[in-house]
Amino acid sequence: MGFSGLLTITVFLPIAGAIVIALLLRGDKLIRTFAALVATADLVLTVIVFARYDTSVGGVQMVDKIRDWIPGMGDGFAVQYFLGVDGLSAPLVLLTGLLGFVAVLASWHIGHRVREYFMWLLALQTGVMGVFLSLDFLMFFLFWELELLPMFMLISVWGSEPRNKREYSAMKFLIFTILGSAFMLVGILVLFFSTGTFDMTALPDAIAGGKLLLPAGMVFTLLFVAFAVKLPLWPFHTWLPDAHTDAPTAGSVMLAGVLLKMGGYGMLRVSVGMFPEVVSQFAWILATAGVINIVYGGIVVFRQTDLKRLIAYSSVSHMGFVVLGIASVAGVAGSVSPLGLTGAAMQMFTHGTITGLLFLLVGFIYDKAHTRYIPDLGGLAKRMPFVTVALMVAGLASLGLPGTSGFVAEIMIFLGTFTVWPWATAIGATGVVLAAGYILWTMQRVMFGPIKERFADITDASGMQFVPIAVLVFAIIVVGVFPSIISDVFSSGIEPITRSLENVAQTRLR
Amino acid sequence: MPEAAAWLILFLPLASFLLISIVIRPTLGSASQLAGYVTILAVGASFVLSLVALFSTVASDGHIAYPLHDWFSAGEFNFAVGILMDPLTAVMLVVVTGVSLMVQIYSIGYMHGDRGYTRYYASMSLFTMAMLGLVLANNLLQIFVFWELVGLGSYLLIGFWFDRPSAAAAAKKAFIITRFADFGLLLAILYLFFNGDTFRAADLNPFVITDIYHAIDLGIISVGVAQWVALGIFAGAMGKSAQFPLHTWLPDAMEGPTPVSALIHAATMVTAGVFLVARFFPLFEISPVAMNVVALIGGITAIFAASMGLVSNDIKRVLAYSTVSQLGYMMLALGVGAYGAAIFHLFTHAFFKALLFLGSGNVNHATGTFDMRYMGGLRKFMPWTYATFLIGSLSLSGIFPLSGFWSKDEILAHAFDSGDPVGGLVFLLALIAVFMTAFYMFRALFMTFNGDFKGGAEADPDAPTHGGGLHLGESPAVMLWPLLILAVPAVLIGFVANPLTDLGVVPIHWMSEFLHSNPALHNLHSGAPEFNKSLAAFSSAVALAGILLAYMMYQVKVISPEVVGRMFRPLYVLLSRKYYFDELYEDILVRRVFYGSVAYAFDWFDRSVVDALARLIGWFGANAGSALRQLQTGQLQTYGMAISIGILIIFGAFLFVRG
Repeated sequence: MGFSGLLTITVFLPIAGAIVIALLLRGDKLIRTFAALVATADLVLTVIVFARYDTSVGGVQMVDKIRDWIPGMGDGFAVQYFLGVDGLSAPLVLLTGLLGFVAVLASWHIGHRVREYFMWLLALQTGVMGVFLSLDFLMFFLFWELELLPMFMLISVWGSEPRNKREYSAMKFLIFTILGSAFMLVGILVLFFSTGTFDMTALPDAIAGGKLLLPAGMVFTLLFVAFAVKLPLWPFHTWLPDAHTDAPTAGSVMLAGVLLKMGGYGMLRVSVGMFPEVVSQFAWILATAGVINIVYGGIVVFRQTDLKRLIAYSSVSHMGFVVLGIASVAGVAGSVSPLGLTGAAMQMFTHGTITGLLFLLVGFIYDKAHTRYIPDLGGLAKRMPFVTVALMVAGLASLGLPGTSGFVAEIMIFLGTFTVWPWATAIGATGVVLAAGYILWTMQRVMFGPIKERFADITDASGMQFVPIAVLVFAIIVVGVFPSIISDVFSSGIEPITRSLENVAQTRLR
Repeated sequence: MPEAAAWLILFLPLASFLLISIVIRPTLGSASQLAGYVTILAVGASFVLSLVALFSTVASDGHIAYPLHDWFSAGEFNFAVGILMDPLTAVMLVVVTGVSLMVQIYSIGYMHGDRGYTRYYASMSLFTMAMLGLVLANNLLQIFVFWELVGLGSYLLIGFWFDRPSAAAAAKKAFIITRFADFGLLLAILYLFFNGDTFRAADLNPFVITDIYHAIDLGIISVGVAQWVALGIFAGAMGKSAQFPLHTWLPDAMEGPTPVSALIHAATMVTAGVFLVARFFPLFEISPVAMNVVALIGGITAIFAASMGLVSNDIKRVLAYSTVSQLGYMMLALGVGAYGAAIFHLFTHAFFKALLFLGSGNVNHATGTFDMRYMGGLRKFMPWTYATFLIGSLSLSGIFPLSGFWSKDEILAHAFDSGDPVGGLVFLLALIAVFMTAFYMFRALFMTFNGDFKGGAEADPDAPTHGGGLHLGESPAVMLWPLLILAVPAVLIGFVANPLTDLGVVPIHWMSEFLHSNPALHNLHSGAPEFNKSLAAFSSAVALAGILLAYMMYQVKVISPEVVGRMFRPLYVLLSRKYYFDELYEDILVRRVFYGSVAYAFDWFDRSVVDALARLIGWFGANAGSALRQLQTGQLQTYGMAISIGILIIFGAFLFVRG
């Protein structure tokens, strides 16, 4: 254990930037440029963290740890400062850096209360980054909460008109998450008082070896609810379409791109990693819930007429794949394949880039066309070739076309889970057919056909706008063609989890 | 042939795609002529390499082994990609690159001046690359990857003129219907993996095709597994090859530029389905059920599609139905075990069908329309196009001694000899299809080229805007040479590739023997059945009868088509409305049942139950709890209640599981 400081800088650089913006900088242009610099620097840091992570060694690396950070308030209630990265979090850290960068560049046109806007946006990034890098449960919780306020502000101040609608959506987002995390806090405290530690690397063994104050299933449920709300799992999903629709573009990008992944990450790290026994028993519920998400979300999409709402429901459907992949933990005949879990993790990464790009492009189209109402759009391809190509890439990736990252994640989930839950997976696989339907139908209605008169002078992306779009298109295709860049890292993080699951499965077999 | 050279066949068109879309389009603009030349160069080089591949496959007794490379892995799962070079691959490579090359050259003339010139060639390169990748793949997942990319290529090209609503709709329809079918293929992949333990026990990879062949040899795949995997694979093949009842996308796919249709119909996309069944033929062979399904679907498709071709007035649609029908032919051949005959027919069909489509492109170029009612008399304006179109029609109708005759005859002979009821039935269906094919082809030929000219685009109220209107006359050389070149194999290749006697350079029954020389296919009844002179004479007579009927109705007009149409009015309406399949699928199943009922109900439930539950409880709380009103906004409580209820449900579920 030690303190290299790299992760600490990666986590706190954005919020430090936010403080500088708040206290020192004047002038919109300067603030924007500074925010972009901070986001770029943080992206570089996440790339370094990702590249330096050594999969041949595995485990937790680049640790920043202070054992008695807040020393002894009574008996051993010492809070430690513990940041670390492993195979499970490294790609998600990279994703956060990537989308944070994209979000800042996508906010170039923001003209209303610029200083506060970039403050919140950067603070948000610290919150999310902290969730992925904290290995102390209390810190994890604090970062989990820290992310709420910036997002709430972004939606309620810079969201779409009318004002009461966006405030409603922001409040809905806040309350759903807070109530979820209230349960999480109880769960965390029960774990602490049972085992005497907040250390997330020590908790799996401590839980397995010790006796909990409450039944393990109940603690599991308390924690799981928070993740399920965040993911979101049906029927807790109704905050998502509202929040997405009313968030500003960068807010939607961050929300869909990384905030939802906190739920999936929590499930993998906590629900599966710490409670292998319970999660194996509950796997059938996960399989069912995942399939409900996929099919229910995938069908409701078809009735949406607001582009952002449409993508929001497609996210519900796609996040269902994550849960379906996790359901493979039950294993067959005492053996658990890492394929489903790796696929679930991959799905989080790829969905982050794909949906991030979709929201970015839809936001762009909205800024130009001043509407997101699909029947009012049409024929934009003629005037927006670059945006069309990018939207096509994102759309095709979303429907799981090979050569894009979406395919790799989905095929891994299908292969991994089919051996355990054949029927659920078969039903869930209809999600890719549904996706083909709603994606291509949307493309047809928005981009193709004769161009509407009122869009005759609409213009394509230019200058600064190219950058974030091109970056995400690049990420989607590179991961699609060379998936092992990401999947090998995830695999190394999944491996110890699979081993403990296998132990459980073996014991149950006997 | 060295492995790198084999990969180049695939990577050259890919490089062309990347070069055009990343370099040429951004720097030289969307109309750069360079795009066409780059594509032709790449595909041409691939063609040469494909010929080398064919010869070296022959030289190495039908199989060249190449190593596998890891793509990605997780735990024990390993996705290994590689090249499978066997007779099937070698023949397909030549077909794909050869036809694609002709189409690319032709397109220089046909697409001249189009605003999307570079996009066209980029998509064409991608499409060709995808098909080559499919043909070369030695892994079922690898096949799936390129299979889907073929779908992407067709989507981009069918919807090439995306500002036309009909083109955008047709592209979407093609992709969604094939994707729907691919669901079957995906399930087959999953089911095979599900049963992968037997493979792993024998140290085989359940996805590597040569390993699958090996497993079949070892007898470790049970009939039940083989049957379901084969049926799933066939479901995917039905989508791409437009087999009944998933045929509806193909006629609409005519919205793409005509050279695209030529490529789709002759060498890529629709032949992919036949290829896929052939690729997994050893698996089908174990299961009589799968074989019979393939034979019957093929047989039904053969006459079903041909019947719609009888009444269509759009020259490209006639050809499209013809393709569907011929693909049915190939499927039924596979279903009765005539593996060699099916691929032989795919091979000959590729040349004459590409020829016919490109010919129809010339006709469109001259008249500005595809509606044959406004054509006529084109023979004197465009003699070369006419001559080659006639050759293509004769070959397609199976007239001795053109290419189509030999391959068609071999299929008929196989079905005739098979001796079981299914074989007998499909033989009958195939024979009916022979008659229909000859009739609709010569109906089209007479309507288009003979008689008097009827005005072209200027007379046709529905003439499409693209095509540049009416300018009667022969097409430029760049649009004629591909036809002339394709006319040679359309006449000769049938006899030359699969001769009845030893030709010296080409031994007797060379093609069938070569295709059957694949070591994995040793269970096959070897070679072709003996040439049956009386059967050949009979089927030729049937074809001639079809031509004769067309001659009487559309050339000398002793029988009036109008009178016939009136006599069989309901049948005519049924055929011209395409058996109402579009109405059934689009209006009833998709619009009414799915969108109008299912999706409506789900959306209603989401808004009015899931979300409203929260609001209702909130309203209740706000009214009942007036004492607490000052503490809470109502909204807070609303969601608090909703979440609490959700938690109670989970909790209940938990207790239920534990108890």
